Amino acid sequence: MKLYTRTLSDLKEMLVEERVKLDDIYESISYRVKNVEPLVKAYVNQNEEIDLDELDEKDYEDTYLKGLPIAIKDNMSTENLKTTCSSKMLEDYVPPYNATVVNKIKEAGGIITGKTNMDEFAMGSSTENSAFNPTVNPWGKNRVPGGSSGGSAAAVAAGMAPVALGSDTGGSIRQPASFCGVVGLKPTYGAVSRYGLVAFASSLDQIGPLARNVDDIALMMNVIAGNDEKDSTCVDRTYPDFTEYLKNDVEGYKIGIPNQYFEMDIDDEVKESVMNAVKQLEKAGAKVEKVDVTGAEYALAAYYIIATAEASSNLARYDGVRYGLRAEDANNLNDMFTETRQQGFGEEVKRRIMLGTYVLSAGYYDDYYLKAQKVRTLIKNDFDELFEEYDLIVSPTTPTTAFEIGEKRDPLEMYAADIFTVPVNIAGIPAISVPCGFDNKGLPIGIQLMGPHFKEEKLIQAAYSLEKILDLDIDYPDLEMEV
Amino acid sequence: MDNKFETVIGLEVHVQLDTDSKIFCSCSTEFGKEPNTNTCPVCLGLPGTLPVLNKKAVDYLVMTGLALNCDIASYSKFDRKNYFYPDLPKAYQISQYDLPLAKDGYIEVETEEGTHKIGITRIHLEEDAGKLIHEGSIDKSSGSLVDYNRTGVPLAEIVSEPDIRTPAQAREYLNYLKKTLEYLGVSDCNMEEGSLRCDANISLRPRGQEQFGTKVELKNMNSFKAIEKALAYEQKRQRKLIDNTDEIIQETRTWDEDKNKTISMRGKEEANDYRYFPEPDLVPLEINENWAEEIRERLPEMPSVRKNRFIKEYEIPEYDADVLTDSRELADLFEECVTEYNDPKEVSNWIMGEFLRLVNEEKMEVGDTKITGQLLGKMLKMMDEDVISSKIAKTVFEEMFHTGKDPEKIVEEKGLKQISDEDKLETIVENIIEENPDAVEDIKNGKDKAIGYLVGQVMKETKGKANPQMVNQMFRDKISEL
Repeated sequence: MKLYTRTLSDLKEMLVEERVKLDDIYESISYRVKNVEPLVKAYVNQNEEIDLDELDEKDYEDTYLKGLPIAIKDNMSTENLKTTCSSKMLEDYVPPYNATVVNKIKEAGGIITGKTNMDEFAMGSSTENSAFNPTVNPWGKNRVPGGSSGGSAAAVAAGMAPVALGSDTGGSIRQPASFCGVVGLKPTYGAVSRYGLVAFASSLDQIGPLARNVDDIALMMNVIAGNDEKDSTCVDRTYPDFTEYLKNDVEGYKIGIPNQYFEMDIDDEVKESVMNAVKQLEKAGAKVEKVDVTGAEYALAAYYIIATAEASSNLARYDGVRYGLRAEDANNLNDMFTETRQQGFGEEVKRRIMLGTYVLSAGYYDDYYLKAQKVRTLIKNDFDELFEEYDLIVSPTTPTTAFEIGEKRDPLEMYAADIFTVPVNIAGIPAISVPCGFDNKGLPIGIQLMGPHFKEEKLIQAAYSLEKILDLDIDYPDLEMEV
Repeated sequence: MDNKFETVIGLEVHVQLDTDSKIFCSCSTEFGKEPNTNTCPVCLGLPGTLPVLNKKAVDYLVMTGLALNCDIASYSKFDRKNYFYPDLPKAYQISQYDLPLAKDGYIEVETEEGTHKIGITRIHLEEDAGKLIHEGSIDKSSGSLVDYNRTGVPLAEIVSEPDIRTPAQAREYLNYLKKTLEYLGVSDCNMEEGSLRCDANISLRPRGQEQFGTKVELKNMNSFKAIEKALAYEQKRQRKLIDNTDEIIQETRTWDEDKNKTISMRGKEEANDYRYFPEPDLVPLEINENWAEEIRERLPEMPSVRKNRFIKEYEIPEYDADVLTDSRELADLFEECVTEYNDPKEVSNWIMGEFLRLVNEEKMEVGDTKITGQLLGKMLKMMDEDVISSKIAKTVFEEMFHTGKDPEKIVEEKGLKQISDEDKLETIVENIIEENPDAVEDIKNGKDKAIGYLVGQVMKETKGKANPQMVNQMFRDKISEL
């Protein structure tokens, strides 16, 4: 029995019913990691502190996660475990504290097995911007896993972890989930604490789960959603037990299909697959209508102004003074700042810092930042209006399937990969990407379901239904053969 | 006074708010701790940390705003002020840019020319930065160290309108601010410990002209006196430039205390572009009516109001009221004592006299003494009841001042009780009469003054404990009987 192929929910049940031992699970996953990781390179660091000999499932008997392994993106702070953000700047940085999500996982009896690779400081859509190495999409060894949570998506897709946490600023959970054939949820802004998540763009960043089925997404949301007094932007409300919404029932759901999205440049196969999925939902009792959305053509521009503006400020603290990289032999203070940042940041990070600095500069603020904020309000209001009438808005997660490593050299071309995902972050609403088929190259296609603020349960129910209706039965990419 | 040119001064004052914990984390704000011990991941700006606003700091700022006659914004927000410096761990300061918590206030200061109104443009809340420590002098130092204890201490920035016309007015304005903030209990305004810092803008313009002249910003003044001196120096320097038809350059100048002059620090073109934008990690600050009202009700009586009340209610001279209301603690002490001993002028005399003399002599703060209103009142009653003489009272007072002991106990322990027992005094009085026949003769001849001499002798004999009125009467009786 290949335990590494099992979902978190399955493993949990098997442990409860004493059909399996925790040791066996870890052994199976370690075996898989040993075989597959050299090819996939999903991890930046594995948690060496876990002593498998000392792992006693009795310690976890009364916990929610039963001692099961969880991988997390390397931009969430872990006490005593390096948190690099896949940047040279933080290559040796060990935080003295845990992110709130890390504490929540620990309190729920989960074990953090490793920190996954990502685009440097979560800036990118391919994980090629990692300062260490690119991660490979398990579905095609010359393909990117998407990004920036590419390591998390690849680890889950390759069976190196049943679930992983990612962070999503403009699609960084959903796009790699789509590219790697897994499920990825970006929760409502404010549903999951950002405390300890190394900030890229504070008003857009949100932590969420990646998993091999919707059950596990519900399970992980039960663990990580909730208020946090350490994060003022976290919303104080009670959340339902999300697993209660694992129901195959879309009867009465009203689904909007945005005309403007489908008019954009999308691969035919992607469009077809997504429309097929929509048809299946319709057959199952959902009501589908075409809708008009406002501001879709400005969303990407507004996003890259707001995100870079915040990033330019958030990343200013990496100055070589207190932690992380410090340039040697600088002659004076300014040289130390400049040299440190010159050496520590990669090309894309520098580009975004410069863009962000520019749009906030005196004389440009009104034309860029302020205007982008107005677009943001417009998009937000538009979604609010749509959700008065519709339960879900549906689109492809990305316009294409996974592209080749090194294929996209023009940053603007890369930014376009986020065209369907950024409006969600701009509006702060939740969205989930679910596999809905494969293209003729055997690469996964994802469908994105968007919902109203704090209605994750609606997304979970619809995604679960879709999963059951499509019944794709995604097998594992046969990576071991290739090692 | 310069008949041709008018001086225009505006002040920017930073005051540390005296909250127990920092503005965005729970670290202590205590001054003088080992470097970098009052720190945590949040105030060190470690990756991933987030600020959480300390409500107390907001309370204190609202109190300040109300006391300075400001409008309190029902909606305000925080912004990031971006610049690189080693003492600023996030490389941005969380401050308030376009929507400050308080604005449009004013104060009135008394000057030789009468009451002068100075507008307060705005008061906003922000976080303090850390402190650089250089080994040796800054230019020769081989390295610098940073102490982040101060990072994140709440600051109120109080910006005045350019309504100040003389360096002396500037000082008056600062005195008023300091007094008010101390009264509110929101800051100790200690310039030496850096809890009050002040920058000044100064320019000159021809009298009658509305448009401002080119302004110069002055920094690095470490006392109110230094601010007055720096402004006076700068006023003269700019006037001279005008006389010589030289150009005044818009720049920042620093005050050199040793050389007694201002020195150019940086020009306008070197000024930072702070790239302010709304702080996304904090939600906007909404202050509803109830919150503001609650704070308004808690506001203590302001010094000028209290002074006028003292004059009216206690019928003490204006001078007394002015001195007594100079600090909240002094005024509290006075009122506390008056409730115990209802002779306000007598209480005032003791506080302004003995009490302040000792405070000054011992270089103490009013609040650090052990004297309470109850103790002083009790002592004054003992004087009235002839338990102690006024001379002994001073001894008792000094003891209370240092130890806070009950005056009765002091009198008992030290055997200071006044001798009002006629039997005990009689022998002494008779002895003195015998020993001083000349004086007795004088008195008989109507030279009344000599009685004072005889009484003095008795006081000497009894180490001040004899009841002088009684002794006086006894001498009169005895001598007339002779």
